[in-house]
Amino acid sequence: MAIGKLFIANRGEIAVRIIRAARDLGIRTVQAYSAADANALAVQLADEAVEIGPPAAKKSYLNVEAVLKAARTSGADAVHPGYGFLAENSDFADAVEAAGMIFVGPTGDTIRTMGDKAAARAAAQKAGVPTVPGSDGVIGDLAEARNTAETIGFPVMIKASAGGGGRGIRIADNAEAFEALAAQASSEALAAFGDGSLYLEKMITRARHIEVQILGDGHDAVHCFERECSLQRRRQKVWEEAPSAALLPETRSRLCDSAVSLARSVGYRGAGTIEYLYDDATGEFYFIEMNTRIQVEHPLTECITGIDLVAEMIRIAGGARLSVAQSDIASRGHAIEVRLNAEDPANGFMPFPGEVASLRVPGGPGVRFDHMLYPGYQIPPFYDSLLGKLIVWSDSRENAMIRLKGALSELEIGGLKTTAGLFKALVDDKQVADGDVHTNWLEPWLETNSSRLTE
Amino acid sequence: MANHDIRSPLPGTFYRKPAPDQPTFKSEGDAVAKGDVIGLIEVMKSFHEITSDADGTVSAFAVDNEEPVMAGQVLVTLET
Repeated sequence: MAIGKLFIANRGEIAVRIIRAARDLGIRTVQAYSAADANALAVQLADEAVEIGPPAAKKSYLNVEAVLKAARTSGADAVHPGYGFLAENSDFADAVEAAGMIFVGPTGDTIRTMGDKAAARAAAQKAGVPTVPGSDGVIGDLAEARNTAETIGFPVMIKASAGGGGRGIRIADNAEAFEALAAQASSEALAAFGDGSLYLEKMITRARHIEVQILGDGHDAVHCFERECSLQRRRQKVWEEAPSAALLPETRSRLCDSAVSLARSVGYRGAGTIEYLYDDATGEFYFIEMNTRIQVEHPLTECITGIDLVAEMIRIAGGARLSVAQSDIASRGHAIEVRLNAEDPANGFMPFPGEVASLRVPGGPGVRFDHMLYPGYQIPPFYDSLLGKLIVWSDSRENAMIRLKGALSELEIGGLKTTAGLFKALVDDKQVADGDVHTNWLEPWLETNSSRLTE
Repeated sequence: MANHDIRSPLPGTFYRKPAPDQPTFKSEGDAVAKGDVIGLIEVMKSFHEITSDADGTVSAFAVDNEEPVMAGQVLVTLET
């Protein structure tokens, strides 16, 4: 069934992006908005807009009943969840389909499998995708655990089963330290979470975050090459590139092929991303998780492959088969994306919601600015701080860096503090220019370079 | 006896409790010392403690738990 009217259950820059893709496909759009978003750019650009609740996301964009009711009433035949909010909520995906509409994404069952760490790891292993070496599940007594740790190889991370977000993690450098730390970690986890069970994972000291974009139509799947997102602050990506400057062609093809086999093995439908840790020391890569949605940094892939990922996922949701074969997909040139957040890098990244006093948008060949801004727009304080993404493309990484520097000098967002100052400093950094970075590189850099972050 | 208003320095969502299943930081009639936390403001998914800038007793909360606030809006009034 081809989609005639698409309901957008999201906000901000991604809502604008989805409206544009739908318009290109001749599909009418209905934009959902909270009471705090009545003046949003997406609300202005969509064919229709409907208020779904008060400012708090919990009462609007995360309110399954309110979103479903608005979508049904609007006469939409499909719902696009964007990223965040309900995008990876399997029950929401099921409820949309049960209400007789199309969920633009994979099935609820695929989201459920990939959203469960253990099930996702098992699915990856079954598809022959390397996973981070570790204990298979929870460890038993200390002697057995020590044997497992020695097999994995030190340093080893000891993680609490009930922990998460980095809590309760200990790093053991050798067998002696391991026994003491494992005992400590277990009693601490018992006290903190009421569950002392632990599991082990190999510690990769210099890891890059590399991810593969895939597209599937439920029958077949293809990859659209990789992106590297190693510059992170508090586990949030701030600067991304495609392709990764770290991969040799042979590793790239093994990495991308492994992503396709995982996508095929779960009969994946829609756009998805398979995330890996890449060990700079050994050249090995390991599956970490799959994101079953469009990602913030998807424009990088669009720049190097020329494929409109958002349009493709909408077409597939409407019942079409993949419009491209693997042999048609080539990677050309180099793209860099930086995330412009309403945060003050000179003041500990303090959020800075305010009114956009003026706006000068960068342009020219190979420059793209996906955003939600206009002069006079009041940034609501209730949602994340992403204002937009500046994406540049050129024939080489070196030229893309030059283009990024130029585009940053053109960009002016008056009245707000933004992370633009951070990128102006990073683009001039030698290690960034050399691509000599890893996932724990940026935070120490921020500490030693804080004086360079004032605009 | 005078009234003293504690205002929100930031726009966002006001929380009277450290977590949903925990008691409120302060209730009406409670004594408050300068520097005591009276609530949290969530702005763009990050949480900021709101501390009292005076000693006194809570006479009234002007904003309910989980309600949106503007920068400069009165959160709580103290009797000093």
